[in-house]
Amino acid sequence: MSVLTPPRSAQSQPPSGRNARSASGARENFSAWANRHRKWLFAAPAMIFVGVLIIFPLAWTLYLSLTDSQGSVRAASEFVGLENYLTVLSDVERFWPAVGRTLSFTGVALVCEVVLGMCIALLLWRPFRGEKWVRVAILLPLVATPVAVGMMWRLIFDPNIGFVNQLLGMVGIPPQPWLSGQDTALGTTIFMDVWQWTPMVVLILLAGLTSLSEEPDEAARMDGANAFQRFFFITLPLMMPTVIVAILLRGIDALKTFDILYATKGKGGGSFHEVETLNVYAYGLSFDYNQYGLSSAVLILFFMIIIGSMWLLTMRKKAVSK
Amino acid sequence: MTVLSNTEENIETRTANTVRSAPAPRRRKPLGTRAYKTFRVAALVAVVLFLVAPLFWMLLASFKTNVDIYDTGKSFFFTPTGENYANVLQRNNYFVFIFNSFWVAFVSTVLSLVLGVPAAYAMSRFTMHRSALVVLMARVIPGVSLLVPWYYVFSNLKMVGGFEVLILSHMFVSLPLIVYIMMSYFDSLPLELEESAQVDGLTPIGAFRRITLPLSVAGMATAGILSFIFSWNNFMFALVLSGSKTKTLPVAIFDFVSYASIDWGGLMAAATVVTVPIMIIALFTQKYIVSGMTAGATKG
Repeated sequence: MSVLTPPRSAQSQPPSGRNARSASGARENFSAWANRHRKWLFAAPAMIFVGVLIIFPLAWTLYLSLTDSQGSVRAASEFVGLENYLTVLSDVERFWPAVGRTLSFTGVALVCEVVLGMCIALLLWRPFRGEKWVRVAILLPLVATPVAVGMMWRLIFDPNIGFVNQLLGMVGIPPQPWLSGQDTALGTTIFMDVWQWTPMVVLILLAGLTSLSEEPDEAARMDGANAFQRFFFITLPLMMPTVIVAILLRGIDALKTFDILYATKGKGGGSFHEVETLNVYAYGLSFDYNQYGLSSAVLILFFMIIIGSMWLLTMRKKAVSK
Repeated sequence: MTVLSNTEENIETRTANTVRSAPAPRRRKPLGTRAYKTFRVAALVAVVLFLVAPLFWMLLASFKTNVDIYDTGKSFFFTPTGENYANVLQRNNYFVFIFNSFWVAFVSTVLSLVLGVPAAYAMSRFTMHRSALVVLMARVIPGVSLLVPWYYVFSNLKMVGGFEVLILSHMFVSLPLIVYIMMSYFDSLPLELEESAQVDGLTPIGAFRRITLPLSVAGMATAGILSFIFSWNNFMFALVLSGSKTKTLPVAIFDFVSYASIDWGGLMAAATVVTVPIMIIALFTQKYIVSGMTAGATKG
C-alpha cells in the first residue's frame, strides 16, 4: 500500500447528489483547495512580509545611491548616475579606511573567536564536575544586551577610573587610552566582541564535537597517535563543516556590528573615527549628515562585500563537505 | 506493520515515544593524565572568570556612589547604596521602558511565530531552499540600509514613535531567526508520523495541526525564547524608530550619558536593569537557548 497518497479525496469532496453550493460544500471545497496549495499558503505570508520589508527598501537604496539626495528624503533630488559611487570609491580619507576597519574587525574577531572557541569547546568536550556552572558562565555574555555590554566595557576601559588601568597600574604600566587611542580603539572593541560572542562559537563547535563519531579517533589512538596528532589529523578535518557554519553565522553579524561601537564611541564617547566601520560610516552619513545619496552608495557597496564573502564561504563549505 | 491505528490517542502516544527514544548524545568517558586534569581545571576557571568578571564589575559599580566609582581605593570595599536603582526606577520612569521592551519583544515574537512556523514547515517539507533564502536574506542585510526607506515611509504614515512600527521592525529580526530554527527542527521530525496520520484520515493541514504542531512545542519554545532575547536586545531599529513614549530599554540607557559627563552609577544600574531580566529568563531556559543557537550547525 502506498502511504504517500492519503485518502484525502474521499473526505474532502462532497458526496454526489448534494447541492454543491451548500455552506458545508463551500467549506469543504475551500479546505480541499487549502490542502492542495498548502505549500504556498504556509510559506507566502512570511515571504511577503520579509520581501516587502527588504526588496522595497533595497530598491529604494539603489535608487537613492544614483541621486544627490540630501537634507530631507522627500526633497526633490537630481539623478547623478554613478557619481556617488565614484565619490565614495575615490574617498581615501573615510571610505577606504572604513572598509579596512570593517574587514579587520571581522577578520581578527573571527580568528580569535574560532581559535578560542575551539580551545574552550575541547575543554568542555568530556564530562567534568561543575559543568553546569561553566554552562551558565557561557550563556551570560551571549544573552547580555549589547548596548549594556558596551557601557560596561566603557567603564572598565575608562582611562582614569577603569579597572583595566588600575590593574596595569599595580604592575607599573602607565594608563592607556583604550577606547580613545588612535591605535588601541579598534583592538579594544574587537576584544569586546570576542568576549560577547566566543561563547556562541563554543556552543556551535561543542554541538559539532558531540555529534562526531568516535571510531576514527579511537582507531588513531590504537595506532599510537598522540592527542595533538589526533586533533589536527582527525578531529579538526571532521569538524571543518561545523567550523565554517560558525564562521558564517558569526561573520555576518560581525560585519554588521553597530551596537557596541555606538555604545562605546557614540554619544558622549567622543568621535567614532578610530572605530568607524562601514556600518557606522553609513549610519552617520544618513542620520547625522543627511547625505542619503552618498550613504546609499556606501550601503550598496557594503552589501556587495557581505554577499561576496558569504558566497566565498558557502563555496568553501560545499567543497569541504564533499 | 504497525503504522495503522485508529485512535488519535494512540498516534500521539506512539509519536511521543518515538521522539523520546531518539539516541541521547554520547558522552566520552573522562580520561587523561593528572597533569591534563589540573590544566583543565585551571583553564576552565580562567574561562569562567573572563566571562563573568566584567558583569560582576558592572553589578558592583551599580551599587556605588559616583564618588566611590572615582575612588580607586574603593574598588571592592565600599558601602553599597541603592540610590542608583531608586534613581533609575523612579526618576527616569524605567518601568515604562521595561514595559515597552517587554511588549515589543513579546508581540513581535508571537506574530513572528504565527508567520514563521507554517512557513518553516512548508520550506522544510517541500525543500523550498530558494524561498528560505529570501527570508534568511533578512539576516544578512545591514539594518542601516533598511532604516532610511523605512523611516521615510513610516513617518509619512505617521507611524514613527508608535508601537506598530517597532513591532514590525523587530519582527524583521525575529522572523528569519524563527524560520531558521524551525526549519532545522522540522527537518529532524520524522515524516512518517504525518503520513500515518493521513492514512488514518486526517487532511494534510489537519495532520500538521494535530500531529506536527503539538510535537514541535519544544522547537517553538526554543525559537520563541531566542527571538524574545534578540528583540529585547535590539538597539538600532528602536534608536531610529521609537518615540519618547515607546522608547525601549537599550535606547533609554543613553539617558545617563550626556556630552559633558556620564552618571556612571546610574548608567551601570540602568545597564543591570536591562540585562538582569533577560539573564534570568536565559538561566531558566538554558536548554532551549543552547539548542536554538546550535540549530542546524551540525548538519554538514
